[in-house]
Amino acid sequence: MRALLPGVAVGLLLLGGCSAMGDALKFEDVKPWQRGVLAQDDMQLVPDAMESYADDHLYFSKEAATGGKGVGGGGCGCN
Amino acid sequence: MNKLVRIVASLLMLAVLAPSSGLAAKAEGFTLQGRGAPVDLSAYRGRVVYLDFWASWCTPCRKSFPWMNAMQKQYGKYGLEVVAVNLDENRGLAEQFLRQTPAEFTVAFDPTGRTAEHYRVQVMPSSYLINRNGELVAEHKGFRRVDTARLEKEIRQLLASR
Repeated sequence: MRALLPGVAVGLLLLGGCSAMGDALKFEDVKPWQRGVLAQDDMQLVPDAMESYADDHLYFSKEAATGGKGVGGGGCGCN
Repeated sequence: MNKLVRIVASLLMLAVLAPSSGLAAKAEGFTLQGRGAPVDLSAYRGRVVYLDFWASWCTPCRKSFPWMNAMQKQYGKYGLEVVAVNLDENRGLAEQFLRQTPAEFTVAFDPTGRTAEHYRVQVMPSSYLINRNGELVAEHKGFRRVDTARLEKEIRQLLASR
């Protein structure tokens, strides 16, 4: 019993440490007014709409790969 | 039967009255840095305050500025005070915005966002109407051209009530 005690103490300490780590890893929600960085041009999924349109067009015309991007077009040769 | 009718009627009355009295709490006070002197909300007691929360990166905010200028110009003499709280963490971005989009009304700066937290801002921009007694009476999320007529009507009603 006596030999067990240090082990229990260490276990409790570890548990405490884990919960403290958990607290540190909690992410706070981004508030609506904290979206300044997300709103920057560099952060957009499509950085340049025109360029992305041109890329898509080349892809579909050179590789005959209609469809696969977006919803419409299934390779039926009608567009 | 008569009793039932009376209960239903009083419940209906409550349902009708509740929304109008629901928001009439005192508006949370604040003192923030302004473009010159500090901006203290309590200084506008007795006036109708259109409290707006904005940021430099927010596109509809930019659209709201000319309208807020117009409101301040038209109704300022009747007791309207447009107070626009900027929530940019970097004040330089706000100053840059103000150079491009002039504001002819009171502007305050809250880089901590604490006021927005108090007013539970959910979207950018958000605006609040505070009556002459310092009570929060209306909340508006976002800014759309189509809403401006209704907003202006609410402002006029508040200005008319002493």
